[in-house]
Amino acid sequence: MANGTIAIAEKSFYEVSTNEHSGILSWLLTTDHKRIGIMYLVTIAFFFLVGATIGLLMRLELLTPGRTIMGAQTYNTLFTLHGVIMIFLFIIPGLPAIFGNFFLPIQIGARDVAFPRLNLLSYYIYVTGAILVLVSLFLPGGPIDTGWTFYIPYSVRTGTNVSLALFAAFILGLSSILTGINFVTTVHRLRAPGMSWFKMPLFVWATYATAWIQIIATPVVGITILLVVIERTFGVGIFDPALGGDPILYQHMFWIYSHPAVYIMILPAMGVVSEIITTFCRRTIFGYVPIAMSSLAIAFVGYLVWAHHMFVSGMSDTAAWIFSLLTFIVALPSGVKIFNWVATMYKGSIDPQVPFLWVMNFIFLFSIGGLSGLVLGSLATDVHLTDTYFVVAHFHYVMFGGTGTIFFGAMHYWFPKMFGKMYNKKFATISVITFFIGFNMLYFPKFIMGYMGMPRRYYDYLPKFAHLQEISTIGSWILVGTIFFITGYLLYALKKGPKASSNPWGGVTLEWHIPSPPPMENFKEIPTITHEPYDFSQLKEMEYDK
Amino acid sequence: MTNSQQAAANLHHVHRDDVGARMGMWLFLFTEVLLFGGLFLAYSVYRYDYHEQFRLAAMDLNTGIGTLNTIILLTSSLTVALSIAAMQKNNKFLSMVMLFFTLALALFFMINKYFEWSGHIAEGLYPKSPELLNMKNGEIIFYGLYYVMTGLHGLHVLIGMVVLSFMLFFIAKGKITPENYVKLENAGLYWHLVDLIWIFLFPLFYLIH
Ligand code: HEM
Ligand SMILES: [Cu+2]
Repeated sequence: MANGTIAIAEKSFYEVSTNEHSGILSWLLTTDHKRIGIMYLVTIAFFFLVGATIGLLMRLELLTPGRTIMGAQTYNTLFTLHGVIMIFLFIIPGLPAIFGNFFLPIQIGARDVAFPRLNLLSYYIYVTGAILVLVSLFLPGGPIDTGWTFYIPYSVRTGTNVSLALFAAFILGLSSILTGINFVTTVHRLRAPGMSWFKMPLFVWATYATAWIQIIATPVVGITILLVVIERTFGVGIFDPALGGDPILYQHMFWIYSHPAVYIMILPAMGVVSEIITTFCRRTIFGYVPIAMSSLAIAFVGYLVWAHHMFVSGMSDTAAWIFSLLTFIVALPSGVKIFNWVATMYKGSIDPQVPFLWVMNFIFLFSIGGLSGLVLGSLATDVHLTDTYFVVAHFHYVMFGGTGTIFFGAMHYWFPKMFGKMYNKKFATISVITFFIGFNMLYFPKFIMGYMGMPRRYYDYLPKFAHLQEISTIGSWILVGTIFFITGYLLYALKKGPKASSNPWGGVTLEWHIPSPPPMENFKEIPTITHEPYDFSQLKEMEYDK
Repeated sequence: MTNSQQAAANLHHVHRDDVGARMGMWLFLFTEVLLFGGLFLAYSVYRYDYHEQFRLAAMDLNTGIGTLNTIILLTSSLTVALSIAAMQKNNKFLSMVMLFFTLALALFFMINKYFEWSGHIAEGLYPKSPELLNMKNGEIIFYGLYYVMTGLHGLHVLIGMVVLSFMLFFIAKGKITPENYVKLENAGLYWHLVDLIWIFLFPLFYLIH
């Protein structure tokens, strides 16, 4: 890396426009990857808060048995919307679009992504998709009520605005594909001199593997949901059993994408975890190559396990046990990562600051999510637990406890770099703890209820579940309260926070070598990379807050 | 900082990378192949399920029009390649002529397609038509796939025509030059893909009986 030279103060990317406009247009028409990353941040955070509020409403409905605040049909549309927003608008694009855009070019020593204008276009395609989702709420016919998986035949028969919502999902997929293409090309073409493949930071590796999944898997779901739209409009019969079509084929085609999609959600988060752990242990990562390769392995094996979502849909027994076995195999590369993280912490001089605490949250919650995934991946137990609350608990532990916590972790890790301001660390520490309490209160009872037979997607339940449902709902208040609290103090820090230094944590990857916030083109001079990515001997020559 | 440095810092640096642009295009084409791949998957599943009925239904398609369209598209792939070659040799005029031919052939393809489709529709063979609903399940699915797959391909031909028209415009405006023609190359690549997909559709629907 630039041998410890710290670039002298230059104008930051907030002060310099990439186009001839100033003011709001200098943002809306920007081609700067950092500004685009921040635009994604604002948009995605907004949808996350909307999705969380809907979750809160659902939990309110479930506070007491019977009708509490809404009827069954409203509940159906709410869980569909909650799922669609959280999956397609928040968790899939979240980390790559925000932090990938902002930090991937910096971490490989580039001035921008390979196709800056395409990058802006992807953003607007994302916004278009999001707007269409919102529009579908208000058109006659009513909001979509199929669940976010759009299973046939219901999605063809219902009169709600399924077609528009599906088309929106298609458009969001296109945005995801274009971002993927951009990142793959960027990593291949724009690495700084000396940045060999195995000198890339692990966040870059993770984003790179993710980009490949975006490219390979998304078109398949694209055509699948397009077929549902065509089916609804013209009735060609491809999935309609009355005309000879096969509804199970829909499920196969849907999960061929949507299972790998869970790795689009989790891989970038794992990349961030590697960054944070090394920085706060002041120690190079244990097993760099296995971690990098396990990302690729997850990306690859992830394609072979989709049918574990369909054990009870009608499959041959042979197919079922093969998919069950493959599902277990995909847990191995994840295990490699966890092992290497723990080994890195061992004998490291751990500095337990806020981002690191989020990582602890992650490891705990994600492990529960992963282990419960093995329960669902085993044929016999899955038949009992499928479509119960156990599944709901499992995927919230994986997606929210995994990627969601790292969304907050990454936010707290890179906030000073992105905005040049520091937040209130005491508030931040408190919120890690209340998040943990709220999260487990909200979702752990669902494991138990699921085991006891509470089906998912029901707005009513038997009295025997009442206590657990109450605990869960109270947990949702703590959790959503925490989320709004975090939003509050981060916004406050943006306005009034103290100025952050260029390297508040003592990190050594390239972004910590440049000022906070970064200057317009990141580097005055493209650096020549001479160090391993996590070589902390550089820290002696670097400035950082001890 | 001197004034010129300041100006340089204000302007985004100019970045051109033809290899990168080509790579991006190949990746994009790959996603298109996968998009159609989903349909080919559905086709093979149903062909396996309804072997005999697919065979019967396919007899009704007009192999003549299909063959003609195959020839048209193959020729247009040639003309677009010639257009690129002409640009490389600095013959702007020839390049434009060849692009123009490509567009004309594409239009010809679409006109054929129009007559073919309206022929079937006149016979009463279209989704949900009473005629079709009377047929066996396999035949219904065959026609469903036929309309969806050739329809999506036709849409790609249309998009290709728009893209090629832009290229024609860019050449006229001097934005595509013998030194910088990667846009034209990429448009050509796209057109070859459209051609390639047809090469797979043609035997699946018109030839295998
Ligand atoms: C912020 C707090 C959240 C609350 C209170 C919450 C609550 C809920 C509830 C009550 C359900 C319905 C369960 C059922 O009856 O089947 C649900 C479903 C779901 N949630 Fe969340 N959730 C939250 C965050 C998230 C996040 C961050 C994600 C994504 C990463 C997510 C993804 C989903 C999905 C995909 C479903 C399934 C929807 C469906 O069944 O179609 N949720 N959530
Ligand atoms: Cu899965």
